[in-house]
Amino acid sequence: MTSGGEALIKALADENVDIIFGYPGGAALHIYDAIYTQNSVQHILVRHEQAATHAADGFARATGKPGVCLVTSGPGATNAITGIATAYMDSIPLIVISGQVANHLIGTDAFQETDMMGISRPIVKHSFLVQKAEDIPIIVKKAFHIATSGRPGPVVIDVPKNLTDPNEKFEYKYPSDLYLRSFALYDEAESNEVKQAVKLLTEAERPVIYAGGGAINSNAAKEIYEFGKLMGCPVTNTLMGLGVYPASDEQFVGMLGMHGTYEANMVMHEADLIMAIGARFDDRITNNPNKFGLQAKKIHIDSDPSSIDKIIDVDLAMTGNAKKVISQINTELKATNFDNKKFADWMNKAKKWRSEHGLNHNMLNQKSESDIILPQQVIQSAYKATDGKAFITSDVGQHQMFAAQYYHFNEPRKWINSGGLGTMGFGLPAAMGVKFAFPDETVACITGEGSIQMCIQELSTCTQYGLPIKIINLNNRALGMVKQWQDMQYGGRYSSILYEDSLPDFVKLAESFGHVGMKVEKLSELEAAMEECFSLKDKLVFLDVYVDPDEHVYPMLKAGGDMSEMFLSKTEKTFK
Amino acid sequence: MNHIALLLENQPGALSRVIGLFSQRGYNIDSLSVAPTQDETLSRLTMTIGDEGADINQILKQLYKLVDVVMVQNLSEADSLTLELAIIKLKKSKTEVESLINPFSLEKEILDDKDNYTVFKVLGNTEVIEELLSSLKEEKFLEVTRSGTLGMTKGDESLATNDQTTISYK
Repeated sequence: MTSGGEALIKALADENVDIIFGYPGGAALHIYDAIYTQNSVQHILVRHEQAATHAADGFARATGKPGVCLVTSGPGATNAITGIATAYMDSIPLIVISGQVANHLIGTDAFQETDMMGISRPIVKHSFLVQKAEDIPIIVKKAFHIATSGRPGPVVIDVPKNLTDPNEKFEYKYPSDLYLRSFALYDEAESNEVKQAVKLLTEAERPVIYAGGGAINSNAAKEIYEFGKLMGCPVTNTLMGLGVYPASDEQFVGMLGMHGTYEANMVMHEADLIMAIGARFDDRITNNPNKFGLQAKKIHIDSDPSSIDKIIDVDLAMTGNAKKVISQINTELKATNFDNKKFADWMNKAKKWRSEHGLNHNMLNQKSESDIILPQQVIQSAYKATDGKAFITSDVGQHQMFAAQYYHFNEPRKWINSGGLGTMGFGLPAAMGVKFAFPDETVACITGEGSIQMCIQELSTCTQYGLPIKIINLNNRALGMVKQWQDMQYGGRYSSILYEDSLPDFVKLAESFGHVGMKVEKLSELEAAMEECFSLKDKLVFLDVYVDPDEHVYPMLKAGGDMSEMFLSKTEKTFK
Repeated sequence: MNHIALLLENQPGALSRVIGLFSQRGYNIDSLSVAPTQDETLSRLTMTIGDEGADINQILKQLYKLVDVVMVQNLSEADSLTLELAIIKLKKSKTEVESLINPFSLEKEILDDKDNYTVFKVLGNTEVIEELLSSLKEEKFLEVTRSGTLGMTKGDESLATNDQTTISYK
């Protein structure tokens, strides 16, 4: 016989969960007691519930398995909200278990009561309020199924305290199957759709493959690489899709969108066929949707039918699992004996665009009299020191865009960032989740002095569990991305982006938690410091790099323009 | 105007997910009626959505995506029956009311009256009820309450037995 609390933890173990991230409190005490008396599920004590959600999220992004976190009612639940929204926007499978006040207290404004079902409703894929302790196993089963199938997303399980009471026992049995009458999943595409797709692809003159986070979620990297090679056309990835097609491949034209490469945005603008795979025509991609891809027919593969025709109407919708649909297309393409030399001229045009205004990936070797470090050089140096093989998490802002642009991701699930919600504070806890999943791999958090301070308390968690994460802090002494916009659109009126000498000494701060702190201010010292940072295998190193505070992220799409209208530097732009 | 029929799991919070979707995505509901069905695990909703604003296909897809939504159908795209009940209280005598409402092809019944007021019900097509109300605009209303449109398709098919995966999109 088990109690509800024990059943909850047993059910997690039955879902092969071996680690959860959380923070205890009154309404979750029975559950925490159930954790204490077993060994299957390890609980990681974070320092703030937001970090629990981000850590579970980072774990999920890196492994493809659902991340699990546990919080108490009231403030525990509300602190988890930002992390739930982050996972929701990026379609990440996350199970959030929240304690709730006892049934008979619900609705009475009890101590630490909050309506978690109501507060989380718009940012979950689904949620459950447990009504009977005996329902816990089937609810956990359903929650994992819903979180991980189709378009993944976060699921909340709100558990009233009395239903976890150790004195109320019942017979535990984990269900082998479940019944969800209202849950449609899309798998393979119809064969006539596949034929039509191949016809559009082979009849095109200037096709482009545009792959996003959905391609990573469905583990379609191998299939997309094969598809790219069969087509011989340019391939671009969204911010969420980086790594699903290898960045070092010559057909890869880089990231597209707001801060995408010149060649990726030009390819999208000039293409006559856009093949979207697990990408959702986000406003940071399309720029003005009324001016987007006007010359192009569009094919859209997505596991969520509501993503199709939401922003951009497409010519061919293929609702299904990207891995399976691309595999179907590859088979059909091979059967047609298509000669991919057809797109050689188009590919060469993309390469010409790259040679004209592509990103400079050799900035590390530039001589500089001022010895000021440019943020791009930090990313290039980190890439060099890690041989391009690290897991990179990031926060949100200029450093995130520089990391996306300059760290060449050759594998999926190595680039872990909050693309949809844009959550500052995500990077460090996400890196913890990744490090727990892959203790032998190098995990670096590329951040800024603004973002890192939003979850900096987690340095303590890293000490407790001995997590040798590398924190690369691009310190420009300002909220850089906001500053860039204030420079470009608000006449340099710096409203609330400066710290007025209030920044902490990050070296001492890291040291106070027992970590290694290092500070670099000169370009001539950057590479040695970076090498040392990554050579300290067993230590968390906080590398505080002072970078040029005036650097902007380019290219940058012109607001309201089409995808060919970009600022290329402070002085150059592609439009009049 | 689109009338949408929807079968919903009879679960706590399920209705708030449907309502929430509308505010969250910026869609407007003109009317909504909800009640249990012969199957106690399901509620049935009929919603009326104006033609302005969001694309109706997108609304249908977003509704269907909700885990608690079992089935959704645009009655306006099918051969359907729709019906609405209104109860109206006017500052008029029974005879005056009868002459006002007689021209409208609605089922009518006087429910309560005195010299200075009359309460009556009308049952029928939503559009005709709208016409009636608009013709009464000059009158002194005491109260109006409407059920919202109810609807189902003609023929021997039922919403519950329809193929769940066929949501129409381009």
